Amino acid sequence: MAIDGAGKTVATLKPKEKFDFFHDERVRSVAYQILTACVVGWLAWYLISNTAHNLQVRGMNTGFGFLSATAGFDTDFKLIEYKPGVGTYGRIFLIGCLNTLLVSFFAIIFSTVLGFAVGVLRLSSNWLVARLALAYVEIVRNTPLLLQIIFWYVGVFALLPRVKNSLDLSAGAEVAFLNNRGLYTAWPVPDDLFWMTIVAFLAAVVGVFVLRRWAHKRQDETGKQFPIWSASIALLIVLPYLVYLASGSTLNWDVPTLQGFNFAGGAALPPAFLALLVALVSYHAAHLAEAVRAGILSVEKGQTEAALAIGLRPKKAISLIIIPQAMRAIVPPMISLWMNVVKNSSLAIAIGYSDVVALFMQTALNQAGYAVEMVGMTMAFYMFISLSISGVLNIYNKRVQLEER
Amino acid sequence: MKPNSFVLSVAAVVAMSFAGATVATAKTTLEIVKERGHLRCQVGPASPGFYNLDAKGNWYGSDVSICQAVAAAIFGSKTKLEIQSVSSQVRFTALANGESDMLSRTATWTLLRDTQLGLDFTAVNFYDGQGFMVPKDSGITSAMQLKGATVCVLTGTTTELNLADFSRVNNMNIKPVTFEDSNVRNDTYLQGGCDALTNDKSGLASNKAAFPNPGDHIVLPETISKEPLAPAVRQGDAQWFDIVKWTVYTLINAEELGVNKANVDKMRSTSTNASVRRMLGVEGNLNEGLGLSKDWAYNIIKEVGNYGEIYEAYMGGGKLGIGISRAGSANDLWTKGGLMYAPPFR
Repeated sequence: MAIDGAGKTVATLKPKEKFDFFHDERVRSVAYQILTACVVGWLAWYLISNTAHNLQVRGMNTGFGFLSATAGFDTDFKLIEYKPGVGTYGRIFLIGCLNTLLVSFFAIIFSTVLGFAVGVLRLSSNWLVARLALAYVEIVRNTPLLLQIIFWYVGVFALLPRVKNSLDLSAGAEVAFLNNRGLYTAWPVPDDLFWMTIVAFLAAVVGVFVLRRWAHKRQDETGKQFPIWSASIALLIVLPYLVYLASGSTLNWDVPTLQGFNFAGGAALPPAFLALLVALVSYHAAHLAEAVRAGILSVEKGQTEAALAIGLRPKKAISLIIIPQAMRAIVPPMISLWMNVVKNSSLAIAIGYSDVVALFMQTALNQAGYAVEMVGMTMAFYMFISLSISGVLNIYNKRVQLEER
Repeated sequence: MKPNSFVLSVAAVVAMSFAGATVATAKTTLEIVKERGHLRCQVGPASPGFYNLDAKGNWYGSDVSICQAVAAAIFGSKTKLEIQSVSSQVRFTALANGESDMLSRTATWTLLRDTQLGLDFTAVNFYDGQGFMVPKDSGITSAMQLKGATVCVLTGTTTELNLADFSRVNNMNIKPVTFEDSNVRNDTYLQGGCDALTNDKSGLASNKAAFPNPGDHIVLPETISKEPLAPAVRQGDAQWFDIVKWTVYTLINAEELGVNKANVDKMRSTSTNASVRRMLGVEGNLNEGLGLSKDWAYNIIKEVGNYGEIYEAYMGGGKLGIGISRAGSANDLWTKGGLMYAPPFR
């Protein structure tokens, strides 16, 4: 409907759309997309079938049947049961993936914590602290990671005392040892009733979430604050401990003891794992520290002043006003940093940590010889992990970004 | 450390994906090599004795000599050669897709490799076996005492598998610590990070020679595996297979017949031994089946020497050698109780 000059409403006909199949924009865009999909699909098909054909022509075995064949070699660090001659190549792949994930998981957590701490310290008003943080960041950030990994391994962990002179980390209690073969600690062996304690712990975790919501709600309504941190920690410790005592279950400890050449029993982490972890953490924390510093500096000074002006204490001002705004700038570089931790863990091969590249793409490939499949599987694994990390963090990123209304 | 090994593997896989579907060669490998004007021979990252670099960046070693011998057989000159140093993950792929014409690197001849990787092993040029080295002050004198020990091992070889087999058969629960780089492995061993180091015995000899105090370490008497090392070629070209195989046999036969680098000219003109005359191309037409010139074997010996000379120079007590004694070992001639035996020139 439209209004003509005289103020009367007149019915205007929607102009009849002339549909020209060959010049229509929608048809064209769909056609281009189909064409692109076809080209990509054809290329993928061509690459795969051509590879298979070439391998066959050259008399090389192809396919994934090898995954169920038994592997004859052993590995020194595994999280799941494996015996040479019984376990399969598929299991070797799994062991390698788990080892990569283990070191990446801890490296991500520690480097994030350390990175945030150093990033804040870089901005400290204390001259010495700020300079020390700067020196750390610049030294670590400007040397190659591979060099640092080898340094930590050859220069630090390999120089620890030998097995017979192990350092007792538990100050005489003889439950944790450190030597140049690794870190050995006592490991709990739960008995039959221990599940009750675990259930209690899970209940405590749920309880913490409920408590937080309640505390938030109460603060919104009445303005009263609740000591949520101390209450949560108390809940997480006290509840499982009471159940542990009440259930009468016992927790035995498997203590490492020196037998023959090595320590036996307990849990052991090889020096290669420790060296890799320390190198990854220190290297990536330095990178993250710069992102954190940049993020904090990106928040206008007026925000701090305003926060202080309305009476927030400096600590509260940082945690409630500055950090949430800084996160907008910190999260995107943090996403790529976390993915880099996972990918860089493949440098483990330099010092003999059994990650997926060393164990599967190196040892297994040399034994079985399925180069194309094994390299492909390793690449797919890294891609899957990287895409998962970026997927999850992107959701988080959307939440911290500015919401425009 | 070979930081580029991942890149290389990926590159090899990519190359395999794009390579034209028809390698199927109207041309034989010999024709391709001749047309190119030089031989592409693959070795591994430097390993003393077998293949190593001198101060000028030239390759030398017993396996390099095999490459040179094949080049001499085809071109009459050992310098018409391109040595390719390739990481162990992609060695067989690089041979299969035609990057290399042959490989002459400490590759152990095994059933799986012979039948499933598209390659053929030619003739054994070194009999090796895996052993253990321990610090002398450990008091260990036999591999059977290594129960529960931590053993440093290099990845990318059959050594890991042999170690696991040995541990399994003898119920010894040996813990392998696997390295990609021999320097890091040696360092770990020297710092006491492992109780023993395992490698092929030839490798142990060269490792030990490079240690600060070689006398502080001993190689245990046990040999836990058979490691026949042989040059390998791509499957499916019988003539090329014969050329590489008979190049190795020429080296061995030459030693047995007493022909060496110094006397080969004299032998060619004066020898009355029918075998020598046939080998050096004075009599008969043994070259025809191989598609090489009449003096192919003469060129090999003239340019490179015989098997004994090569062994002495690089594996034995020569200036560049790693000091593995030959007398009485499997690598001695069959006439002296060894296993080096080549079919006759007839």
